[in-house]
Amino acid sequence: MRGLWELTWLETKIFLREPLGAIGTFIPVAVFVLLGRSLPRVSATSALPGDGVLSPGGVPVLVSMLIAISAVLSLVTIISIYREGGILKRLRATPLRPPTILTAHVLVKLLLTAFTMALMILAGKRYFTTDAHVPLFSFALALLLSAWSILSLGFVIASIVPTARFAQPVGALVLYPMIGLSGIFVPLAQLPPALRALARVLPLTYVVNLLEGIWRNEGWLAHLGDVGALVVTFVVCIAISSRVFRWE
Amino acid sequence: MSPPAIRVSGIRKTYGSLVAVHDVSLEVRDGEIFGLIGPNGAGKTTTMECVEGIRTPDSGTISVLGLDPFRDVYQLQERIGVQLQQAQLQKRIKVWEAVQLWASLYRKQPKIGEQLLEQLGLVEKRDAWFMTLSGGQKQRLFIALALINDPEVVFLDELTTGLDPQARRAIWELVRGIRERGKTVFLTTHLMEEAEKLCDRVAIIEYGRIIDVGSPAELVDRHVPERSVVLVTDDEHAGDQLANVARASSMTRDGSRYTLHGSGEQFVSSVIECLSESRIHVKDFRTVLPSLEDVFLKLTGHSIRD
Repeated sequence: MRGLWELTWLETKIFLREPLGAIGTFIPVAVFVLLGRSLPRVSATSALPGDGVLSPGGVPVLVSMLIAISAVLSLVTIISIYREGGILKRLRATPLRPPTILTAHVLVKLLLTAFTMALMILAGKRYFTTDAHVPLFSFALALLLSAWSILSLGFVIASIVPTARFAQPVGALVLYPMIGLSGIFVPLAQLPPALRALARVLPLTYVVNLLEGIWRNEGWLAHLGDVGALVVTFVVCIAISSRVFRWE
Repeated sequence: MSPPAIRVSGIRKTYGSLVAVHDVSLEVRDGEIFGLIGPNGAGKTTTMECVEGIRTPDSGTISVLGLDPFRDVYQLQERIGVQLQQAQLQKRIKVWEAVQLWASLYRKQPKIGEQLLEQLGLVEKRDAWFMTLSGGQKQRLFIALALINDPEVVFLDELTTGLDPQARRAIWELVRGIRERGKTVFLTTHLMEEAEKLCDRVAIIEYGRIIDVGSPAELVDRHVPERSVVLVTDDEHAGDQLANVARASSMTRDGSRYTLHGSGEQFVSSVIECLSESRIHVKDFRTVLPSLEDVFLKLTGHSIRD
């Protein structure tokens, strides 16, 4: 893994130099803060507008998931731009091992997810009275685990899309509908059986389950199944993308 | 004589039904500049990328510095430098960052980055983003990256394509400098002038097969021995006298300009002897030597640009 830290640090700097990279990282935080300022101090777990539609803790879970998904979409786009421009091929013609190149990109995305998350928590503390029992550290860890798992799905998408132009829309088309079935808007039990079966094999269902559970302070032991499902997702997706991933 | 730096025997590479490389064998000697020349799509890049270990040939064997590019790829990459055709870097990577990253990837942690930037005229660009560099600057940066680990063999794939003549000449100078430091250079080009001015030996490749190998001069002598002499004179009798040059196979006249065709090393001296003996006053005199371009035309029946 020689060169991993150098590449990770460099890719982080390069990402922040992209106009969309830096802005994209701060937009969700800014929206969150503005939203917070315009509302009276409320409890994030109960009285937010729209909470009637969402499950308890729904807003932070949804926002967190969107952060993770935007990280994945950004990864898919970057990987396909790098492939199309021959950057991946150029990096590969050095002693860099292919897994090092990909790991660096995953680390950059996890780093940015964690950073955005930290900003959100700070903003949240300022404008929302989070219930004292919410385990923020565990929640952040659960989010990183979720991001790590769906980043592997991102690699599968990045392997399939032919050009960078398609990367973002295809990625969005795959990931966003999953949110609808993830149980965050409609409880799984209320879905028709066919959709419920589909929801069971989609990773975001487990992401929502895990994040909501941790938010409600149910503890990790109660959600080993979700963690397991996310690990399985990762293993399966990495196995697929190691077969179909194209470097050029 | 030291063993060849690169030995390729009988490699073949297909992409689906397309045969990119039919059957290529060649040897690159230690310390020479060796050029693989041919039109686009002849199999130059595929051959080179097999030798670099980026692609695996379907059959045949390759040895670079005694290593197998497929089996020993990581060991090999420490000892070679590669410049790929049409490569890009991250748009917003700075020149010095690229050099520093590359330097960190090698086991011996080379420290010649700054020196290379200086040699390649990139010092004032060290803080510039890759996307803001001109074509020539990008190409020089790629050469710097190819040389960063002080490699024993350097691969340069179409290194001056798209550059203006001035930038091209500057890069040729650099490549000669690489040879002077005792390195072996393996390059591809579809520019015959580049091959002629730069390479010690060239291999002509077409349709995935090597047609011939030799120094540019050897290839010219072997395949197009014809020479021409063009001279301008006001002497009324010149035509009659020149018609007596025994080694000339034909002569054409256009006003005061005469063009004589012949072959062999003696042809040009025989024309000079004739002029001298007949005391013909000449206003202009030049010999036209065939080039690799003519060799290519002769061997393949078409120009490399077709």
